[in-house]
Amino acid sequence: MAVLRPFDKLPGLNSAALLLVGSDEELQQKLAEAILQEKRDFKISIHIATSLPLPSERDHLRPRIDLIVFMIDIKSKCSLKNVEASLAHVDATFFLGKVCFLVTGVGRVNCCSIETNAVCKLGEAYCSPVLFCELELEGVRVATAQRLLRMLQICAGLVPGFSALSFSLLMRNSADD
Amino acid sequence: MAAMAVESAEDGAARTLPSLGRLSRGLPFGRAYGRLGNSPSGRLILPAPLSQESGDPQRTALLLRKAWTLYSVTPLYRFCRGRLRDYARLLGAFIAAERQKGLAVEVGVELDIKVALSSLPELQGSEQDQPAVLVQLSSRSRASPKNSEDKILWSGCFCCVYGDDLSENMPEDFTCLPLFLANGAESYMSVVGNWFQKTFDCIFRRLAISPFSLTWMVAMWTGCKVDKATSGVELVFSVPRLPQPLDISYAIHPEDAKALWDTIQKTPGEITQEEVDVFMDCLYSHFHRHFKIHLSATKLVKVSTAIASAHCDGIVKMLHSQYLSGVLMLLTELAISQIQ
Repeated sequence: MAVLRPFDKLPGLNSAALLLVGSDEELQQKLAEAILQEKRDFKISIHIATSLPLPSERDHLRPRIDLIVFMIDIKSKCSLKNVEASLAHVDATFFLGKVCFLVTGVGRVNCCSIETNAVCKLGEAYCSPVLFCELELEGVRVATAQRLLRMLQICAGLVPGFSALSFSLLMRNSADD
Repeated sequence: MAAMAVESAEDGAARTLPSLGRLSRGLPFGRAYGRLGNSPSGRLILPAPLSQESGDPQRTALLLRKAWTLYSVTPLYRFCRGRLRDYARLLGAFIAAERQKGLAVEVGVELDIKVALSSLPELQGSEQDQPAVLVQLSSRSRASPKNSEDKILWSGCFCCVYGDDLSENMPEDFTCLPLFLANGAESYMSVVGNWFQKTFDCIFRRLAISPFSLTWMVAMWTGCKVDKATSGVELVFSVPRLPQPLDISYAIHPEDAKALWDTIQKTPGEITQEEVDVFMDCLYSHFHRHFKIHLSATKLVKVSTAIASAHCDGIVKMLHSQYLSGVLMLLTELAISQIQ
């Protein structure tokens, strides 16, 4: 199956899987390491891909993906195009709170190659939150890792009484204020 | 913030005055309204090219064909246009004092530095703009004969072209001249800059140009009609994160570039974000077809056209007197968005 679906596999016990999609592998590694260093009480597996669709040969080995983070580098238009092309391979039901856009490199304001409004519109069109961060700065990297971990926990259903959909609605309402 | 962006789209369409949005300075949380890079309408209305009769072309000609370093300047407090001679004298004394201290000197050169401040009313966009102020440092070596011409060591120009967004709500005592162009040795710039900062309580900051703004510039300048295009459109990209730095230079024949832009631009005198995107995508995909390199993953560092050339470090060269006002308008916007 070329398209990623949120509920086509059984969940693991007390575990969550995160998929990072982006063109910059080094940055993805850094973020993944930062997330793994956070304290948590559930098992986590982080999958890194440069684009979708994921290769189908290893599909049976992959766990159910709980949260997809699309990483866009503000310095590279190519990364935005890459993400836009990958979005086609994600099932529509994923966008009910299980997708997030992460814009990196915002610390270097003068190297911006993409229109940030376009990214915000993308987030709106796909009903998913857009987070801005600068992964080169350690403090921000740790904070971003904590945010993503918390979102992952909610998306995996490990926070009782709170679903991915209700969380995404909460984020949208607070952004509109 | 997302909802606010949607609302401004309707406002932008309803506005009849030329809405000069701002070029994105890359701030992700940027104000959604009226910003060129961030505005939903993303539309820019170009000013008409300067007619040859307006003002004295000779005076503005001194801005052409020089490499100017860009700075943004916060509004000047209690700058009085009638006192330009006094300011020149004070600045001259300040420079002499700094040289006594041993700063801002070229070693071994005996020079008398003369300072001249003058007003350049030709460099003005709207009526609310302040006329430009030109600062020139010239020297006459003590060894050379008395009536020889002074050599201009350093020039600086404060200007504001269509800077209405900044000067609109400015209190009386402040003079808005947000863009500063400097040409000459860096040591003189720091001395002059220090004096202005101390005297008028303003702040000078280097103005860098983001690759995003450079794409707007190249699209705009390619579309300008020139009688005979002397040089083509050239884009220089730097490839990040390689063991040895690699620069890619992409040169396009001026007529080809203009033809491409003419097929893309729908309304003459107006440019939208989509048109700029399509233009750049065409150039990138053409390059990719031939060289299999994705230019969109590299950093655009310099653009050159027959009108002007701009480098991302904030260095600009203006080549065509007719479109001087348009170029300065863009740069004024960049300066204003850095100040605000």
